[in-house]
Amino acid sequence: MKVEITVNGADTSADVEPRLLLAHYLRDVVGLKATNIGCDTTSCGACTVLLDGESVKSCTLLAAQVDGQSVTTMEGLSSEGDDLHPVPAAFRTEHGLQCGFCTPGMVMAAVGLLAENPKPTEREIREGLEGNLCRCTGYHNIVRAVIAASGQDPDTVQGAAIHQGHAEVAPAGGVQAAPGFSVSSAAHASAATSTEGNAA
Amino acid sequence: MSIMGTRVVRTEDAAFLSRGARYTDDLELVGALHLTLVRSPVAHARIASIDVEEARSAPGVVAVLTAADVDLTPALLYEGADKAMVRPFLASEVVRFVGEPVAAVLTEEAYQGQDAADLVEVDYDPLPVVVGIKAAATDEVLLFPDAGTNTSNGFGHDKEFDPDFFDGCDVVVTREIVNQRLAAAPLETRAASAEWGQDGRLTLWCSTQGAQAARDEVAGWLGIDAEQVHVITPDVGGGFGAKIGADPEFALVAWLARHVGRPVRWNETRSENMTGMVHGRAQLHTLTIGGNRDGKVLAYRLDVLQDGGAYPRLGGLLPQLTLLMAPAVYDIERVESRARVLVTNTTSVGAYRGAGRPEATVAIERAMDLFAAEIGMDPAEVRRRNLLAPEAFPLVTKGGAPYDSGEYEKALDAVLEASGYAALRAEQAARRERGDIVQLGLGVSVFVEITAGGVFSEDAAVEVHPDGSVTVLTGTSPHGQGHATAWAMLANEHLDIPIEKITVKHGDTDLIPRGLGTMGSRSLQTGGVAVYQAAGELVELAKRRAADVLEASVDDLVIERGAVVVKGTDSSVTLSDLAAREALRVDSNFSSGAPSFPFGAHVAVVEVDVESGKVVVDRIITVDDAGPILNPLLAEGQRHGGIAQGIAQALLEEVVYDEDGNPLTATFADYGIPSAAELPSFTLLDMATPTHLNPLGVKGVGEAGTIGATPAVQSAVIDALSHLGVRHIDMPLTPLRVWEAIEGAK
Repeated sequence: MKVEITVNGADTSADVEPRLLLAHYLRDVVGLKATNIGCDTTSCGACTVLLDGESVKSCTLLAAQVDGQSVTTMEGLSSEGDDLHPVPAAFRTEHGLQCGFCTPGMVMAAVGLLAENPKPTEREIREGLEGNLCRCTGYHNIVRAVIAASGQDPDTVQGAAIHQGHAEVAPAGGVQAAPGFSVSSAAHASAATSTEGNAA
Repeated sequence: MSIMGTRVVRTEDAAFLSRGARYTDDLELVGALHLTLVRSPVAHARIASIDVEEARSAPGVVAVLTAADVDLTPALLYEGADKAMVRPFLASEVVRFVGEPVAAVLTEEAYQGQDAADLVEVDYDPLPVVVGIKAAATDEVLLFPDAGTNTSNGFGHDKEFDPDFFDGCDVVVTREIVNQRLAAAPLETRAASAEWGQDGRLTLWCSTQGAQAARDEVAGWLGIDAEQVHVITPDVGGGFGAKIGADPEFALVAWLARHVGRPVRWNETRSENMTGMVHGRAQLHTLTIGGNRDGKVLAYRLDVLQDGGAYPRLGGLLPQLTLLMAPAVYDIERVESRARVLVTNTTSVGAYRGAGRPEATVAIERAMDLFAAEIGMDPAEVRRRNLLAPEAFPLVTKGGAPYDSGEYEKALDAVLEASGYAALRAEQAARRERGDIVQLGLGVSVFVEITAGGVFSEDAAVEVHPDGSVTVLTGTSPHGQGHATAWAMLANEHLDIPIEKITVKHGDTDLIPRGLGTMGSRSLQTGGVAVYQAAGELVELAKRRAADVLEASVDDLVIERGAVVVKGTDSSVTLSDLAAREALRVDSNFSSGAPSFPFGAHVAVVEVDVESGKVVVDRIITVDDAGPILNPLLAEGQRHGGIAQGIAQALLEEVVYDEDGNPLTATFADYGIPSAAELPSFTLLDMATPTHLNPLGVKGVGEAGTIGATPAVQSAVIDALSHLGVRHIDMPLTPLRVWEAIEGAK
């Protein structure tokens, strides 16, 4: 059957099997590989994309169901790596990714979350991303990234919903240089462009 | 002015966050067939017949093959195992676990492969099933009759324990505890693609933690020279130990590609992964601890049974590390231990984050808590009274481990103070007094682990190009750790060339023939130091060449912004100019000669609803001392991920089989990987005790969080219930188990 789907603003169309999943349509028909598939029970969320602006798991939809609609994948957020959309940019700054496999889905889920709730609390972020599994980060820095992307200060917001005072002792926001190396206040000249002023 | 110790964001992230990373299954491979494996749905059976005719005529099918068609020799996957315990690449006569490959289906399209695989008819004659380590130990049913036993190997497993071992102890406590089977569950499942060139060489793209080891294993299984195999590791979506080396499926993919004369690609589903990829942990411990009522522990005994799964793999080695680390951070006069590895009709067991050391740590920390409860002393205080003193280092432990450096009491003090331990104990007492439904629990762990165990050396090359860019080649193999950034920092430290101009390459065996990969928290202290050393040697080489060019003494030359400069003058020559005159590359190797022993302490604070058994982790406060920290952003990320996996083992995760060997947790819907909603934010404290084993003083940090957090969280939950008489609950501490323990103590 023929489907016409707008992907990242571009018209795409193809003759597809009725059973073709949207995730496979994006990866194998359109050739956009950022959207990953991490499970077969719609549990992990690695395939999360925006469908007409709302985050959905693209493994739970048939391409046929999306005929005539508009899909945004992570590739659609930023034209290139040195000019990132604010959400992936915050993931970079806060080190909210390691192996990168959950990342496209996590980023799209975060974009969807912030569209619904522009100033979320830590608890709201944790609940809001419940459908997206990450095996590397322990979510700590993903939560920070979403807080930062919302324009709030991670050092203030994080932990507030659970217990007071966490941020003050967390070195994630508290130190510029690690113990053990003696480092002067200014970062190395050639590294300065990449060194984040992450101090509290 | 140094880049060392600064929070440099990752260079790899620009691509990862725009177009996405490139994993094995993302690669285009023109003309490739898709491999779908038919896997056994039964745990132990004789294969009566396989009918592939209907599958062969299904749409898109190019070939359907069984063991009869494949001439690969069954392989011994762990060299220490009984030589009869070999695994065929497709099961021929007997299947030994649910998930064992039985037939291979090659199709033009992936969906066609699933359709055709469903048409393969296999008749199984059931055999008695061995599930559980104790059942295996009876040898009543043998997985490998030729072996005559289910014991694959052991470590002192035939020795008798000393009957007088606990003489002189006021108190002796013994307990059997389970260190349950876990799934590594990297988000990227296993994948491999193979193509044979006109020259007869194999190119294999695969998801692995070490391309060179994968090359050697696959070449061995195929019976060809390693030089005939070119392994390329694209981006890897997590490994956690389960992607060390190659899996047998990789060799099958390569064999099939040669057989049909076309490229073949394979990307397993999650359900396949949960039964096909190695599991971790899976130990049963009997621990005994003895000491005096003043809190001094005098003797500790650990008896380990390791479930190796159906075909022994790295699981056969894990208990060796468990025994090595058995006495952990404690100064105990008498320590004895032994371990036996057994085969069962389950998925093979391999490495998973910590690999043998979390098991050792949970055992001794549980023993400490049980001892503390018996003598009525605070568990933190009992630990303090038995810690190895800083002045004792370096030392060789009763387990045989050569500890390099440690400040255990300092780590313990730091987490106790930051947690407000005394105030929390007061709060706990108040809740108990009031009979609150939600009780407070505190868990303390002090831990030490071995990193870079067994493999101390690594190669590196650094080359400056005429255009001013730099290439770093490394034998380590990142899959989330951030080596592209961290190794560039190490090169930058010497070369003073911006990290954006430094490209770190790994995982291509033609480019980097030697390398040991990334596992066991080894990379920075071996491969990273090798890069640092190579860059330093490159500077010395550049200075010697520049001395001629600049007509200056080498002693007067310094490096500034990628140039060799005559100190205090304008006279200089850039490294790129020197590279234009003559290739400017240094190959180096670094060997620390010994493993290092990072350590730390964790305090977990949990709330337990004593009516429902529900546990919430409120806080976890950790010291994970891995020496000086090259990039805190990356090191904290490693700690976070490790802590999460430790909490997950303590509370949520377990691979479960029923009595017939059917896996009950073979999907992400059934296996309890935590989401963000189940975890708190983490409180990380800094401590940096250097090692003398390398010039940077660094140790490994990738597994620390898991090793410290698992026992801390388990202890915290039990501590919350100690006033009810609960002394132990096996992991995972699910609401049901906690509730049952409360009911059982009434």
